[in-house]
Amino acid sequence: MTEQNEILLDELKHLVSERALTGETMLLNMGPQHPSTHGVLRLLLELDGEIVVNCIPDIGFLHTGIEKNMEAKTYQKAEVMTDRMDYLNTVGNNLVYCLAVEKLVDLDVPPRAQTIRVLLTELTRIASHLLWMGTSALDLAAMSVFLYAMREREMILDILEMVSGARMMTTYIRPGGLWRDVPVEFEEAVANFINILPGRLDEYESLLTTNALFLERTEGIGVITTQQCIQWGITGPVLRATGLPYDLRKARPYSGYEQYDFDIPTATGGDIYSRYRVRVAEVRQSLRIVRQALDRLPYGPVRSNNRKFVPPPRSELSTSMEAVIQHFKLWTEGFPAPKGSVYAAIESPRGELGFLIEGNGGSRPQRVFYRGPTFANLQIMPLLSKGHFVADLVGIIGSIDIVLGDCDR
Amino acid sequence: MDAKLQPAVDALTGRLNVEPVEFRDQVSLLVQPDQIVSAAQILRDEFQFDMLTFLTAVDYWPELAPRFHIVYMLYSVPHNANLSLRVPLEGNAPHLPTLEGVYPNANWYEREVWDMFGVRFDGHSDLRRILMPADWQGHPLRKDYPLGYEEVQFTFNAEEIDLRKPYARE
Amino acid sequence: MGIEQKLGNLGISTLTLDQAVKWARTNSMWPMLFGLACCAIEMMSAQASNFDMSRFGMELMRASPRQSDLMIVAGRVSRKMAPVLRRLYDQMPDPKWVIAMGDCASCSGVFNNYALAQGVDEIVPVDVYVAGCPPRPEALIHGIITLHEKVRSRDQTGRSDHGKELAEREQQMITGARGA
Repeated sequence: MTEQNEILLDELKHLVSERALTGETMLLNMGPQHPSTHGVLRLLLELDGEIVVNCIPDIGFLHTGIEKNMEAKTYQKAEVMTDRMDYLNTVGNNLVYCLAVEKLVDLDVPPRAQTIRVLLTELTRIASHLLWMGTSALDLAAMSVFLYAMREREMILDILEMVSGARMMTTYIRPGGLWRDVPVEFEEAVANFINILPGRLDEYESLLTTNALFLERTEGIGVITTQQCIQWGITGPVLRATGLPYDLRKARPYSGYEQYDFDIPTATGGDIYSRYRVRVAEVRQSLRIVRQALDRLPYGPVRSNNRKFVPPPRSELSTSMEAVIQHFKLWTEGFPAPKGSVYAAIESPRGELGFLIEGNGGSRPQRVFYRGPTFANLQIMPLLSKGHFVADLVGIIGSIDIVLGDCDR
Repeated sequence: MDAKLQPAVDALTGRLNVEPVEFRDQVSLLVQPDQIVSAAQILRDEFQFDMLTFLTAVDYWPELAPRFHIVYMLYSVPHNANLSLRVPLEGNAPHLPTLEGVYPNANWYEREVWDMFGVRFDGHSDLRRILMPADWQGHPLRKDYPLGYEEVQFTFNAEEIDLRKPYARE
Repeated sequence: MGIEQKLGNLGISTLTLDQAVKWARTNSMWPMLFGLACCAIEMMSAQASNFDMSRFGMELMRASPRQSDLMIVAGRVSRKMAPVLRRLYDQMPDPKWVIAMGDCASCSGVFNNYALAQGVDEIVPVDVYVAGCPPRPEALIHGIITLHEKVRSRDQTGRSDHGKELAEREQQMITGARGA
């Protein structure tokens, strides 16, 4: 056992302060399996009593080699793996992959598909923020919020299941549009959900927002400034909680977001409490977008007609020879993509989520790079946690909203 | 090309040896390895490209010259513009100077490129593996590294594969 | 038989020690928090109010391996995480059971590559495999009930004897080959 510890110290001598080497501060391992690390994150803490002097994150415990695996599959079949990267924002992952592939091969998307894409992405954002609220309040010992927040999340998962067959890993958004049209019960279910959520959200806010214990544990903890955020490449609610209204849905709109009317909530303060306020306000803005999308749902096809990239509907396979040939070619060989690289990004609940896809003329990608917001946001852990107690560390990790799937891929 | 990028691209093509490439309305500048730090500093200080969105690499094996392209994506918050820089590198012992002094978040991204591709960054404060275990051999995302998959069990070979599989007995 | 009928409505029941031990073990099996990836979210959904797992005795999810008897491996186990998993399994006191939840824990699912352990049974012996990507909370609860039945129906401590079965099969293949 001691040899293991000594090797550890040798490797990290340049990261810990001199006080650790003399034994004045203690090195504690907040291991990969811990109830509040939100996944498998390992933190090496250098503690002076209970105060954190330095905090070194160690990631890679969920590395799945998805990028290399996607290089071995065709563009359509590789999409299945994109759901599993940021597993709380599954529809968003599919969306950004399809946006990148569509940009690469220059494929059009019909307006009905764009509206439904926006609707489902915003519902997923609400689901992700609800889960965040439940788990980070659970970390700060507000246990009942977790049970309440999962109620609404179940309603959203029921809608996703109605539409695609799967609760979480839907792969419903495909290059060229959607997999198939939404069923007839969809509009009623979404309308029902929109009516229920605002009242429930007020209930959850009444549990936390003016709660003296919650305020004491979150105000002034884990503060970061806008300048530091930009330097470290932090985007998402963490950046918006410092005051800068930067949201990719307004700055570089995609999938028709410029037609919707919504605000970008910000807060000043840059601490855990501001991030909480920003995320709850974002849920309300997402509800606005969902309402507008539901009202303006146009009629029309849900997938592009371009048979070079989009397989024909199965009903055509029994009547048309070309459809059989196109279907066969697309599912065995896949479609070829030109040489060149594109980058497409969306605003995920955690920040800027992007895909860099490089094609090489063949049907398999040359390189797929997933720019995960958590990989960038976790780098500021040492900055945020210096000088705070270990108990505050738990709150800070919760407030950055990490999902190790998109950090380690 | 976005009109906001034009002054930055002109300045760089004038002062350094860069070559702009445009594809689907996105601009990439091919920069030489020894000039990457000065290019990044010019873009950050004079043209307000203050955020490094990501930094990654692409492997073009079996082409050996250049084998790697290191891709940087810079974003300017005041101008709302994206610009990417690509650095071509040779295959044996690839190395280039670190961008940690210009953008602090390049730290983890460069560690990831070292881990996955084996490209060294000179001057990096902490170059060690980040995603793979510390004693892993090889650089997984290189094209000559195998995918490492196991044979699929069908009915005809299920028994033989099952015997060879390293099950935990206890 | 007679004594049970006589004393039945006095609130006394008679059973063997074995049955009593198994009843106690199944009705308050405490799982250890081992949520790794997406399956962990469905495990949390199963613990929450819609598909309540506390009805089956799993009210608490203990973070400490020393205080838990069931490890639900929910999610993909990478090569970096494998020694950690083994260490936690070794720290759990007997009797202990393992449920491999999801496709990635059972057989590495969609990901057949260098970075994952191809099924968590390469590292720890598994009692129940629950299929799905991710399995629905109802599927997980079905897996837990299957485990309860397995514990109740076995004659020994309930530990997995997959290793014994494998050794028997190996022996058969060797003697079969020699015989043929």
